[in-house]
Amino acid sequence: MRRNHARFFLAGLFGPISAVACVSSGPAPTGSTPSPVETDVSRLEALYQARTDSAFLTVHEADARFMTGMIHHHAQALVMSALAPHNGASESIRTLTSRIINAQTDEISVMQRWLRDRDRPVPEVDASGQMMGGHMHMVGMLTPDQLDELAAARGQEYDRLFLTYMIQHHNGAVDMVDVLFATDGAAQDDFVFKIASDIQVDQRTEVARMQRMLDAMLSRDNSSLNQTTRSR
Amino acid sequence: MTENAPHAPSTPSRGLRGLSAAVGLAVVASCAAPSVAPTGMMSSIAPTMPMTPLTVTPPSPDPRVGLDAGLFDAEEAAWNLRVVSKTPPPDRFVGRTNSDLAFKDNYVIQGNYDGVQIWDATDPSEPTTVVTYVCPASQSDVSVHGDLLFVSGEGMTGRLDCGPGGVEEAVSQERLRGIRIFDISDIRNPRYLHNVQTCRGSHTHTVLEDPDDADNVYIYVSGSAPVRPAEELPGCSGLFPDEDPNSALFRIEVIRVPLDNPSAATIVSSPRIFEDLVAPPMHGPAPDDLAAVDAAIARGEFVADLGGQTIVLPARFTAPALESIVAARGGTSVTAADSAALREAIPAMMQQMMGGGDGREEMGPTQCHDITVYPAIGLAGGACEGYGLLLDISDPVDPVRLSAVADSNFSYWHSATFNNDGSAILFTDEWGGGGAPKCRASDPYEWGANAIFTIEGEDMEFQSYYKMTAPQTSLENCVAHNGSLIPVPGRTIMAQSWYQGGISLLDWTDPSNPVEIAFHDRGPSDATRMGSGGSWSVYWYNGFLYSSEISRGLDVFEVTASAVMTQNELDAANSVRFEQLNSQGQPEIVWPHTFALARAYVDQLERHRAVSSGWITEVRAALAGAEQMSGSARTSSLNALASQIRGAADESRDPAKVRILAEAVRGLVAAQ
Repeated sequence: MRRNHARFFLAGLFGPISAVACVSSGPAPTGSTPSPVETDVSRLEALYQARTDSAFLTVHEADARFMTGMIHHHAQALVMSALAPHNGASESIRTLTSRIINAQTDEISVMQRWLRDRDRPVPEVDASGQMMGGHMHMVGMLTPDQLDELAAARGQEYDRLFLTYMIQHHNGAVDMVDVLFATDGAAQDDFVFKIASDIQVDQRTEVARMQRMLDAMLSRDNSSLNQTTRSR
Repeated sequence: MTENAPHAPSTPSRGLRGLSAAVGLAVVASCAAPSVAPTGMMSSIAPTMPMTPLTVTPPSPDPRVGLDAGLFDAEEAAWNLRVVSKTPPPDRFVGRTNSDLAFKDNYVIQGNYDGVQIWDATDPSEPTTVVTYVCPASQSDVSVHGDLLFVSGEGMTGRLDCGPGGVEEAVSQERLRGIRIFDISDIRNPRYLHNVQTCRGSHTHTVLEDPDDADNVYIYVSGSAPVRPAEELPGCSGLFPDEDPNSALFRIEVIRVPLDNPSAATIVSSPRIFEDLVAPPMHGPAPDDLAAVDAAIARGEFVADLGGQTIVLPARFTAPALESIVAARGGTSVTAADSAALREAIPAMMQQMMGGGDGREEMGPTQCHDITVYPAIGLAGGACEGYGLLLDISDPVDPVRLSAVADSNFSYWHSATFNNDGSAILFTDEWGGGGAPKCRASDPYEWGANAIFTIEGEDMEFQSYYKMTAPQTSLENCVAHNGSLIPVPGRTIMAQSWYQGGISLLDWTDPSNPVEIAFHDRGPSDATRMGSGGSWSVYWYNGFLYSSEISRGLDVFEVTASAVMTQNELDAANSVRFEQLNSQGQPEIVWPHTFALARAYVDQLERHRAVSSGWITEVRAALAGAEQMSGSARTSSLNALASQIRGAADESRDPAKVRILAEAVRGLVAAQ
């Protein structure tokens, strides 16, 4: 954004200088002059701002593509999860979908912020996962037919389909991370590295958990899944 | 609270003898050079009131709610903690993420995504940076052993030469992902000695000091990022083990560092500690469940093995299968042969219904996030994706899994802390990876929290959850993170970071009832958006709490005396001294014998009303008297007191603690 660049130049060029000027001007009798402590705070904040803003200037295409695609990918997880209360999902699936909605909404928002900071187009998502301008299709995402099938399913059938399709969906996100890391210049940005690594481990962990739930569905009351478990 | 208030006189059952003892002790205490040790019996130890659990009265409303934002000048709230100092990072690291801490002598070593900074904290009220070592690589998790410093590198930007600018190519011989080893014999001039590259880099690592091996230290490497291509680091494979037995997945790396030649450090094993890990998705079977299965088998019902547990198959599953068997032979009713055929077919049917059938879904986690070793008891706690693991580390090269727990409320097992006697373990859940605001009023208490387990033999039994309770804004990343024990004797007190949720001190002496006893928090680092900031880790080291503030530098705190923490307890804690500390290499806390230690136990007996107040008064007077004495008078006085305390233990409401007090008093004899 223009705003960001302006802030960068202002902070980078004038921030430290004005801070130095305050020190050299010495204490003034007016109450408006910053104390030495306040001066140091403003100098540090200017330095902080300059350094974080400068990170916005270099953006690798693979990173921007990953963030954009992952927002689309996550948004569909919201759509799939939002069905749970209406489609008679069991309690354990309701817990799972609540967590997915919570986690992926937060991740969408930080990925949007990352793009916005770097003056990139930001995919807009509403609370139910619907996207302005339609979904981009990323690996692992459900086809329109699969999504319709899930939307039509009720009760146990919804639970089973949800787990099956969310496993497929999450595995797609893991594949997207693999592609990112195999691209020259990608994930040099600390934030991209962290969110991509986190998505990889979080979703892999959740896939394992969903697979266990799918296994258990066969014969057990799903409500008992909301418990601590133990094994050798 | 009542503990510092004067106590009403007790009504001991043996009042006369109690009185004589009190008088005798008073006389002893008042003599400059007493020659007579206390010999009289004391007040009855038995309290008249019932025992009380730890109760706290936290400030209300919670002052952590509604704090003003600010990067270096945010509003703060503290309870039972004093801010000793807040020092911004050196300019070079401003705006770059601070990470974990390690300690050596008077130095605090703080990782940063751009390198390592070393603080001289001889004066904790004014720590000064003595080293700003630039060597980019996230997350720069740090540990020390003697004159060696170990630093984790995981990110794609880490370079072998510590240079800036990152590594653009997806495959490069310039990249460092693994462990860097520095010589810090001259701590103000670290010398880069060596590195050990690993297939997944090092997100965190743990230094294991084997009590039986003085020649080496071991490093357990946990890497959570994707596997490097073999073209970059030969031998690395991200395939599943059934496709490539040398897969870098489903294992940890163990590095051996020979202390006489640290540059020869190398990977010596890659134990597959997750092998055959199949956690049932619910509690293990209770005796009633087992009896129900036996009864079902006796009735001729069909059973199957699911995740290591025998389950009774419901009729909706078996009836259609049985019908098709009957239909296939053209029959009309079920015979014994049909049932036998079904029993034979069940395993294959189960496998088909589970999907896959390649066994991959049962391979468990591919890695750990962090492992806390506790060499004194030969155990480690592994926080590994969807599982918490208890490991036997008596052979450092070959850790063995004893048991595993899973929890439907836990998203991502992050780290572990044992209590000092190794009878309980606390795991954290870093839900959202630390970059998300998981402490909003709408986020469930059980999510992104701690889970506390008791250790029963080789098993872990769930007891409770704990989450920092003050609701945070959506501008503050907040979730359970790193912490360490504060060595208050007789209690399990832990300081813990919650990123922008601040610092929370919890008492989990009773694993089923964790209680918050102190906190510190700041407002958001940015008033308009979720900025970077918060406490990455807070650890107790030699009397102070050091917190690595992600953006704001190094904070130092001191616990203050309060109704839930007496000055004697703090003095006893502060008598414990470490020469170095890596929180993930948990040291056994051993208290030197001091009067503060004995008094701390007395305070605890009083707090919980485990003994009568008259008895408390007499013991305190006797301790004060003995402290004034010297030589053989002190010895005989302390020995007599210890015997009296021990002899009365069974009449108290907490005999075990009274006996510990007796030992503490007896220990003072040797400590003269």
